[in-house]
Amino acid sequence: MKHLLSTRDLDRDTAIQLLDIAEDMAATQQREVKKLPTLRGKTVVNLFFEDSTRTRISFEAAAKRLSADVINFSAKGSSVSKGESLQDTAQTLEAIGADVIVIRHGSSGAPKVLAESGWIAASVLNAGDGTHEHPTQALLDAFTLRRRIHGDASRGAALDGITVLIVGDILHSRVARSNVWLLSTLGAEVTLVGPPTLIPHGIDGWPVTVAFDLDAAIADTDPDAVMMLRVQTERMHDAYFPSTREYASLWGLTAARFAALPERAVVMHPGPMNRGFEIASVAADSARSTVREQVANGVSTRMAALYLTATGGAA
Amino acid sequence: MSPTSAGNGTTAYLLAGARLSDGRTVDIRLESGVVTAVGDRVDAGGATRIDADGLIALPGLVDLHTHLREPGGEGAETVLSGSRAAAVGGFTAVNAMANTTPVADTASIVEQVQALGDAAGYVTVRPIGAVTKGLAGTQLADIGGMARSKARVRVFSDDGSCVADPLLMRRALEYIRTFDGVLAQHAQEPRLTEGAQLNEGPMSAELGLAGWPAVAEETIIARDVLLAQHTGARLHVCHLSTAGSVEVIRWAKARGIRVTAEVTPHHLLLTDRLAAGYDARFKVNPPLRSDADVEAVRAGLADGTIDIVATDHAPHGHDAKHCEWSAAANGMVGLESALSVVQEAMVETGLLVWADVERVLSVAPARIGGVEGHGQPIAVGSAAEIILIDPSARRDFGIADLAGKSVNSPYLGRSLPGAVVATFHLGAPTVLNGHIVERGPLGRSSLEPNATAHA
Repeated sequence: MKHLLSTRDLDRDTAIQLLDIAEDMAATQQREVKKLPTLRGKTVVNLFFEDSTRTRISFEAAAKRLSADVINFSAKGSSVSKGESLQDTAQTLEAIGADVIVIRHGSSGAPKVLAESGWIAASVLNAGDGTHEHPTQALLDAFTLRRRIHGDASRGAALDGITVLIVGDILHSRVARSNVWLLSTLGAEVTLVGPPTLIPHGIDGWPVTVAFDLDAAIADTDPDAVMMLRVQTERMHDAYFPSTREYASLWGLTAARFAALPERAVVMHPGPMNRGFEIASVAADSARSTVREQVANGVSTRMAALYLTATGGAA
Repeated sequence: MSPTSAGNGTTAYLLAGARLSDGRTVDIRLESGVVTAVGDRVDAGGATRIDADGLIALPGLVDLHTHLREPGGEGAETVLSGSRAAAVGGFTAVNAMANTTPVADTASIVEQVQALGDAAGYVTVRPIGAVTKGLAGTQLADIGGMARSKARVRVFSDDGSCVADPLLMRRALEYIRTFDGVLAQHAQEPRLTEGAQLNEGPMSAELGLAGWPAVAEETIIARDVLLAQHTGARLHVCHLSTAGSVEVIRWAKARGIRVTAEVTPHHLLLTDRLAAGYDARFKVNPPLRSDADVEAVRAGLADGTIDIVATDHAPHGHDAKHCEWSAAANGMVGLESALSVVQEAMVETGLLVWADVERVLSVAPARIGGVEGHGQPIAVGSAAEIILIDPSARRDFGIADLAGKSVNSPYLGRSLPGAVVATFHLGAPTVLNGHIVERGPLGRSSLEPNATAHA
């Protein structure tokens, strides 16, 4: 795999292989010495055009545990306001010797442009682009869900028949998009829930069910997992919903809704959470919450992604 | 085909054996800027003979919507380079949009553009004046000053921006009537398209690009045709792109409202699926739409609901297109490819015949824009603004087919039918054998004999 740009174009076998390698990586993280020599001599650049400390340190930890040299390049602001083009930035990094460029960019498609422009020879790993995709987040979510469901028998398993609710601002969410493709590729049944203002127009062809009523969706789908998305409170000012209070009451995972979930259902959130808004603390902190596992699994999953792209692994 | 001079010192041309849009095969003689004979075996009489066997002769194409970028954007295009691109595409007249830097909102700017066009000499350049000062949408531009200037502006447009304020739109429609002009509206409701990047639909949803909904175009057109009805003014709708817009125009015309509409070649052929790779060559405003929209605008052009094809030729330099999608500029060059794209989308599909092409790319745009001396069906006494095209040609469209300064064409690498073989402007060739005829410093064709040398 030369690049990891989206989950849209990951086939089922590749996705499972990636998750299995992440399991191997996770196993190594139980050892006393966590560092592997796999990417010794390789240089991984974290090219972040948007602030995201969490994602950046997750990639940084992943790269370092594979013994790669890591350069963090914070290029906040768009290429236009910065006065330097994406092309120049990328070529500068390649001249420094980057083998893998992990890119977070506010513009949808920027990683694909970087990968396919012919500007650079390095591998490109999408760490979140605009409102398009965030493939490693979806992979770590699937990894987490698979572990919760299959436990030690996770290797080789998919998510066939698992029902997942993804709740919140689907329109602006790269996490939602990546999860829709990956979860459905792995056989899960996905229902998107949110106010109609935050559901994208034109998703009739997506492998999902769309619902506006969260209570009804919980009752109807008897979900195995509820994935709450972060909702920016500023959306209120753009008339996506009238107030944070109304949003929380209709689409938040309140204590009452959490209690209404089936016993086996897990609660997921990509972080950072708006407690008391899209998710109540009782849900976020419960044993059924995977929030902290997701963070830990993020490192293993990103180790797998870096390994596969940096070494051109068979996947 | 090469010109063979039958005499010395002649500036007459005989186009031998050309097929007219009505199907007749004739010889056409051009002299002193007019057609002096049309018929069988016209006497060459010292004219330079051009073999037009197998070629179609049409009146020179007229573009109502061209961005020549000068003043201010000379890195992407100049009046001269854009004029050459136009000639290569078979155009003999272009209307230059007002969104230059500075904006063409005063007499001095439109006169400058007019003078640059005259000096270039490849096509008739008609400046379009801004509707509002600086295209800001708040105050009327010097409409009367531009109309009464040496450039005699008749088309007014804020293209690139919509005249969104309904009151200002009403006033502008009314005021432009003074000068028998037309307001060409860029129909885009600004609030509905904040940050918009791509047609709102399955592609924008998947690619995570902010949607540009069809309704943002259709609501403005609906409002504007009602304003045109109320004021009795003439409205022209630029680059109509959606099925709903076609319906609104059809409704308005049935009610007798004085509205005309244009569609671009790219909206006749390309869809938003081309954005899948985030290649910014396919970023344009209004955006490429769906298959259903393409079908509807084709049908609208075929049944006359849409009056004309206009290129919206929008040159951009390399850096403006080789970057991430949201940072890229909107627009694509279109002069050089327009006729081929119309042939592909409309003629090869049986929706238009060549007489219709003559109407939508020459006669009607000249009439709407008040472009004198153009858009006249070929006949004795008509202006010698004529092109010869080879409809049987087919080419892989490439950078070598572009004659302007910018190469942001969405058709590079695509096979397109037809080729412009020759373009005659003011009775003289600007293009022969598909190549531009270089003109000397005085704007004279190098093929024209030096008059004084033969005096």
